[in-house]
Amino acid sequence: MYSSVITAIVHGICSIPVLVEADVSDGMPMFEMVGFLASEVKESKERVRTALKNSGFRLPPKHITVNFTPANIRKSGSGFDLPVAMAVLVALGELEEQKLKDMLIIGEVGLNGKTQPVAGILPMVSEAKERGITRCMVPKENVREAMLVSGMEVYGADSIKMAVEILRSDEYQPSSGIYNIEETAHTEEILDFADVHGQKLGRRACEVAVSGMHNLLLIGPPGAGKTMLASRISTILPKLTEQEQMELSKIYSVSGMFSKREKLMGARPFRAPHHTITVQGLAGGGIVPKPGEISLAHKGVLFLDELPEFQRNSLEILRQPMEEKKISLVRLNGSYEYPADFMLVAAMNPCKCGYYPDMQKCSCTKSSIERYLGKISKPLLDRIDICSEASALSYRELSRKKEEETSEVIRRRVEAAQEIQRERYRGEEFCYNSQIPAGRIQEFCGLDRRQERNMEQIYQRLGLTARSYHKILKVARTIADMDESNRILDRHLNEAVCYRSMDKKYWEKAGK
Amino acid sequence: MNYAYWLSNIPGVGIRSRNRILATVGLAEELYHMPERQLRLIPGIEEKQIGAILKSKKKDYETSFYRLAEQGIFFVSREEENFPEKLRQIPDAPYSLYVKGKLPPPGRKTVAIVGARHCSAYGQAVTEKIGKRLAECGAVVVSGMAQGIDGESHWGAIKGGGETYAVLGCGVDVCYPGFHAKLYDTILQKGGILSEYPPQTRPLAGLFPARNRIISGLSDVVVVVEAKVKSGSLITADYALEQGKDVYAVPGRLYDSLSEGCNSLIRQGAGIISNVEEFLKELELCGLEGDEQENFKKLLLAKDESMVYSCLSLRPKGIEELLEETGFPMPQLSAILTELIQKEYITEPVKNYFIKKIS
Repeated sequence: MYSSVITAIVHGICSIPVLVEADVSDGMPMFEMVGFLASEVKESKERVRTALKNSGFRLPPKHITVNFTPANIRKSGSGFDLPVAMAVLVALGELEEQKLKDMLIIGEVGLNGKTQPVAGILPMVSEAKERGITRCMVPKENVREAMLVSGMEVYGADSIKMAVEILRSDEYQPSSGIYNIEETAHTEEILDFADVHGQKLGRRACEVAVSGMHNLLLIGPPGAGKTMLASRISTILPKLTEQEQMELSKIYSVSGMFSKREKLMGARPFRAPHHTITVQGLAGGGIVPKPGEISLAHKGVLFLDELPEFQRNSLEILRQPMEEKKISLVRLNGSYEYPADFMLVAAMNPCKCGYYPDMQKCSCTKSSIERYLGKISKPLLDRIDICSEASALSYRELSRKKEEETSEVIRRRVEAAQEIQRERYRGEEFCYNSQIPAGRIQEFCGLDRRQERNMEQIYQRLGLTARSYHKILKVARTIADMDESNRILDRHLNEAVCYRSMDKKYWEKAGK
Repeated sequence: MNYAYWLSNIPGVGIRSRNRILATVGLAEELYHMPERQLRLIPGIEEKQIGAILKSKKKDYETSFYRLAEQGIFFVSREEENFPEKLRQIPDAPYSLYVKGKLPPPGRKTVAIVGARHCSAYGQAVTEKIGKRLAECGAVVVSGMAQGIDGESHWGAIKGGGETYAVLGCGVDVCYPGFHAKLYDTILQKGGILSEYPPQTRPLAGLFPARNRIISGLSDVVVVVEAKVKSGSLITADYALEQGKDVYAVPGRLYDSLSEGCNSLIRQGAGIISNVEEFLKELELCGLEGDEQENFKKLLLAKDESMVYSCLSLRPKGIEELLEETGFPMPQLSAILTELIQKEYITEPVKNYFIKKIS
């Protein structure tokens, strides 16, 4: 007898539906599975056979064939055990085929028949929803994840036995609508800018950076609080929209990290990979590529501490995703695309020992400082608009009882500044000041005659380049937006000059 | 044939053995014409060196000597009259010098300024000021073109429109440190670059202490600006004392490692530079009178500006600290700082760190 069950595989952060067909017929007793299977799927045969036996179903000595369609896509992943088991049971006449119609089944099973959670539930379920499937059965641990898709009736099964019971009786109620994003959106945020004492310059630089979505570089001695600042940047980014939350949840679901993300569904991600990270770790890798850190930082902050210590080639790969806001990974089995729209925040010491320009403590030679700064990829630096110094706190600042601004207050200002930009760039293909193309800077960041003269002086005094000059203008535009000023004023320019980005001559005295 | 050039470039005859030979023979030309058996009579000479001398006579020294001239380098030995007289007087004077540009003029007051390579912004500012004022008063500034104080003293003299001379520990055609390329060229426009070592000698650490004796030897006065306890600057000061030159030091703070060297010199009796103009007068150069001094500009500043200005000193202060001390928000503070820089009240030695400007 023939039967078919709907399941799916994950492809990037999307999903492709797969049909599992089973047929039981007379002939040599054997259990065969076909349809371009990866080895973990081939092994499913043994698991299903034993699990069925241990769940109380005897497989008759017949020829059982299982096929996966479409046959041209390689099937990988561990979620095929449950659909295979169900398809076989229908084919054996243990279950009614009618019950499985329009139902997505995903799940791994152990030899004892118990189900195991699977990665990538969210994209599979939401894709199925779009295709008009309204019911799904997933392992119990994945129920909450599947319920994120509104309008889906979700059945959680903890074993093959339970799955069969669900399909046999009508008593089981699907769990749906009990759990949605709003419920967890307002969980308490543990990190807050209120915890950062002093660091006025750093706080301000973070706010400016976020307001215009500029990438940020923090430079300071060890222990100055660079990491503390950076880890709080994600708390002042505007709230995630529902669509963004969904997109993020999919990325985390595919990476098998959904449970970690679940509690902070509304929060922007903050990813701080260690500097030993490889290209694959950062960009995404594997035969079937998993999302890398840049995708896990999607819509949030990617923090690279000790920037010069990162391998040059791992940093080089950041360039393209930073422009395109996504990364495409091409593998034997096709190309995979992951979103990667992150804000880059980097931190580094001013020199090898970390204390320059404090000549009492710093023992670096000029050339060793240059070598240290030279380690950072120039094209990457070109994409960082704001560079700020963090200095070690004095005891006075540290011990002060003064209440600092909370992330909430800062975020509201950021949202206002970003709203102004969205309004201005309506109809353009960019929406933040940091993304203004070089050719249109004049148009959006125009200066008057006198300001131009002033800038010329500064340009010469500091030995700026055309590129660094453009960055200053873009940052000044952001500061003006924060000030709700239509034109860029002197004070905006002056402040932007303080955030000028570093280059090789960063520390060198200007004007010699 | 330049015999002194030959003698300076015999492979296998080093500075010390050359001095030993010259103690007996006196002139390079005499040595050149000595037959082998007479060479053997020179006390302290070794068989190897006799071999080296004889062998070198067969080599061509003319071509390389003329090539020097093509590169704008000239050679001067102790046997010649235009060898700097002050240098000739010192114990262990170099036998010969390679010079690019000019030799220091004999009649002028010559001041060596030396100090730490990793100096503070304060040290830089003071050095530049001293170098500039010395040059304005007609003195010649000698230093070693190293990073830090040395470089600043050259720049100061250049800004003061005077001549400045650098003594290198490598060949005169080697610009060390490399980032001083611009300084190297600027020095050559009015002054000169000197070295005891032949062109193309690489900057080896062992060569530098010995060049310090030339720096002090060329000068009448040695000024030490910032120096740690064990440093080349103190070696220079020691040479200066040995050679009977005056040593001055710029006093520093206690517990400041960059001042320890200077303070210990002062304790040992070195002159103290507590006021640049008075120091110039002590050197019998034209110092300005008290009223003419304008160490710090009179404060003709707006209230906010003078508040920020008064927070600054000669120690670099970061924006962070200024934000904290003045309580101004970032946009306002940055505007004030830019204004002060444009009015030339303050400078920014390092990005976002500020010091008062010594006018």
